[in-house]
Amino acid sequence: MTEIIVVTSGKGGVGKTTTSASMACGLARRGKRVAVIDFDIGLRNLDLIMGCERRVVYDFVNVINGDCTLKQALIKDKRLETLHLLAASQTRDKDALTEDGVRRVLDELIADAFDYIICDSPAGIEKGAHLAMYFADRAVVVVNPEVSSVRDSDRILGLLASKTHRSVNGNGGVKEHLLLTRYNPRRVANGEMMSVGDVKDILGLDVIGVVPESPDVLAASNAGVPVILSDTSDAAAAYEDAVARLLGEELPLRFLDEPKRGFFARMFGG
Amino acid sequence: MGLLSLFRSKPNSASIAKERLRIIVAQERGGRGGPDYLPLLRRELLQVIHKYVNVDPEAVQINLERDAGHEVLELSVALPQKPAV
Repeated sequence: MTEIIVVTSGKGGVGKTTTSASMACGLARRGKRVAVIDFDIGLRNLDLIMGCERRVVYDFVNVINGDCTLKQALIKDKRLETLHLLAASQTRDKDALTEDGVRRVLDELIADAFDYIICDSPAGIEKGAHLAMYFADRAVVVVNPEVSSVRDSDRILGLLASKTHRSVNGNGGVKEHLLLTRYNPRRVANGEMMSVGDVKDILGLDVIGVVPESPDVLAASNAGVPVILSDTSDAAAAYEDAVARLLGEELPLRFLDEPKRGFFARMFGG
Repeated sequence: MGLLSLFRSKPNSASIAKERLRIIVAQERGGRGGPDYLPLLRRELLQVIHKYVNVDPEAVQINLERDAGHEVLELSVALPQKPAV
């Protein structure tokens, strides 16, 4: 049974691609067969975050157009055997993705017995974002604790509830999860940043993860290694927890409190 | 967070954000199920009203309420206290 998960947000730059790469890795590390698809046509980036940009030969649109087979276009991850990437096309043709084309690719992945298909949505609410969510069973809505991100996410929730295959066909709708990223416990404690509880209240979603703001995220993208694979990182541990929750484990949220700081650091700032 | 900040009382901007979002999200969710013409209807009504009274755009509220068998389109316009010149 294949599960299709869309990673979406509305607003750009909140961490959709970082999240897609890390969740896909986390699932694959647990032995699941995972395909992660970049829906950001024209602005391909998941390949960079996953560190396989030089191995892209064929892309999503090539498969849809029949220029190659799906097998030829899927890039096998070098670190995790069960992880596969389908890169976005760099075409500027906005109509390159079609509902029928996307459906055919997803059906083929389902027939190939993948456990999870992760759809990395582009920002916005245009066609790419629409098609990324259309066939989803579940949605991970990535949110920064910041006003524009929260508002845009609510727009996305509206679309998930009305413009998806499951909602249109009355199959119980898409199951939605909230993933907070760039969370800064110190600023939350100072009243400068909305807390996980605040965002949860506003959006009315269950929280699948809270990823603390961390320099490791940039370091990981610099290196082309999904941050979940950086062993000592809090962000990696937070993503690992989110993957576990996605698989049904119940874990308490971590990294919600500011790290303890020494006397001097507290008195003299920093 | 140095010594100085102990003496400064900061407004809690997170709670302001939460309150603003609570209002705008509720408002946008309210309009979501409604027909697509509502925003345009609101804008055109505002233009007509504006020909006669100088009202604040915020003062025109349009709500669509659904009951069992019927829908009610409710329009409320708060007129300014003094008629504007």
